[in-house]
Amino acid sequence: MNKTEKAVITVIGKDMVGILAKVSAMCAEKSMNVLEVTQSILQDMFVMVMLVDITGSTAAIAQLADEFDELGKSLNLKIHIMHEDIFNSMHKI
Amino acid sequence: MNTKEILETINMIDNEDLDVRTITMGISLLDCMDPSVEKAAQKVYDKICRYAENLVKTGEDISRQYGIPIINKRISVTPIAMVAGACPTASPVHFAKALDRAAKTVGVNFIGGYSALVHKGFAPGDYALLESIPEALSETEFVCSSVNVGTTKAGINMDAVEKMGRIVKRTAELTAHRECIGAAKLVVFCNAPEDNPFMAGAFHGPGEPDCVVNVGVSGPGVVRAAIQKSGEGRNLTEIAELIKRTAFKITRMGQLVAQEASRRLCVPFGIVDLSLAPTPAIGDSVAYILEGMGLEQCGAHGTTAALALLNDAVKKGGVMASSSVGGLSGAFIPVTEDAGMIEAARSGCLTLTKLEAMTAVCSVGLDMICIPGHTPPEIISAIIADEAAIGMVNSKTTAVRVIPAIGREAGEELDFGGLLGRGPVMEVNPASPLEFIQRGGRIPAPLQSLKN
Repeated sequence: MNKTEKAVITVIGKDMVGILAKVSAMCAEKSMNVLEVTQSILQDMFVMVMLVDITGSTAAIAQLADEFDELGKSLNLKIHIMHEDIFNSMHKI
Repeated sequence: MNTKEILETINMIDNEDLDVRTITMGISLLDCMDPSVEKAAQKVYDKICRYAENLVKTGEDISRQYGIPIINKRISVTPIAMVAGACPTASPVHFAKALDRAAKTVGVNFIGGYSALVHKGFAPGDYALLESIPEALSETEFVCSSVNVGTTKAGINMDAVEKMGRIVKRTAELTAHRECIGAAKLVVFCNAPEDNPFMAGAFHGPGEPDCVVNVGVSGPGVVRAAIQKSGEGRNLTEIAELIKRTAFKITRMGQLVAQEASRRLCVPFGIVDLSLAPTPAIGDSVAYILEGMGLEQCGAHGTTAALALLNDAVKKGGVMASSSVGGLSGAFIPVTEDAGMIEAARSGCLTLTKLEAMTAVCSVGLDMICIPGHTPPEIISAIIADEAAIGMVNSKTTAVRVIPAIGREAGEELDFGGLLGRGPVMEVNPASPLEFIQRGGRIPAPLQSLKN
């Protein structure tokens, strides 16, 4: 399959120094190309959404989900990585 | 990339209990018949283990890929009465045990299909299966049983209704030391769907292909939250529209999971069942949706109207979101599995008579209701007959899953734990329907015109 596969990473939690750096370091480590990032801070709550290309990723998405979950726990943040299909199917006709 | 939509999905999963309730693999056992019951039971075990070997793992992989909880992986099989008909001298309990072993081997948490379809009469195997249900359910852990006693086209088999009253009671008695849980795994249907993925009523109908994957979605919490967020002062047209939109999103997720499961398991996709299936988790309640529409408590006058609106809007929203819809599709009202219903039943606001009226407009019927242990079998039969009549006349599926709480009175409670929940024993009208039930025979199919 040559189709590009994309996933969405969302990070929600209390703002602190270095969140973006740590999450993108993990992306680099797993050879995921970051395509788009948006982030905002609403009353101390840090919300970041990243679109990443996982076609060349060195780990399967199920494994990535576990690793991001671990990272999230160590930083006291909620980090999800989900295949983009879920958002496309739920919100687009 | 639309951040708002992405965060909406995340919020639904993290905070509003959005999940896929079940991936259910339907497996035909018609090729497992054998005059020797040992051989037949072995074929049943082997076929299920072969087909469903990767079901649980695939479910878990899909769950992690999309980040959606998939709560249950289950199996439904051809009604066992059809398979057992080939070995008339043996006890069908052999098959129940084979199903139980297969469920344990492949790791599913329920297997449905210890069933018989007797709406027009008894075929070989049917009598024996019905009579064996109490023993089968008390000696197995994962097996679920269902019996279809009526359809709109055939009428109601009152001989079967009479039997089922006794069988429900006997099943509760044999599992009295386990909170009467046997009766929670036994459903009596009218117009049973052949592709239902939800337990305890799932079976793989004779019109289905060899193997199929059906998915049941859920999400009462999401609908409740959507109504809550919409603010006060919305009229019911707007509420219906809101429910439709929410049901659409929930069902799209179910459709995606169903297609992916079908692709990975190399098994055809059957249907998505668009049901709002509550769990005892606080917030994941159908009763709270009705209360969110403005009722003080579920069971108040107005509950039936609110439920009718909800049930219809869920179907309208869901139908467009899936290529193939089936099963029970609609809003479930299982009392012990729904935090709001449990509260309403405890306070006395929700009664059995009100629940009966609600079943005329909900997706299934009298579901997970605890009744006093001393209730005589003929009253249970009469409850089944009433419910089947509602289904038969209205051309809809209805079902009865009542649990006689052996040794307990109205006001006491049963606690099943897990998804089956807990609930108070509800009062039953004690006037006797004995003579009516003992007449037996068949209630003829209703006229399909002159609909008044």
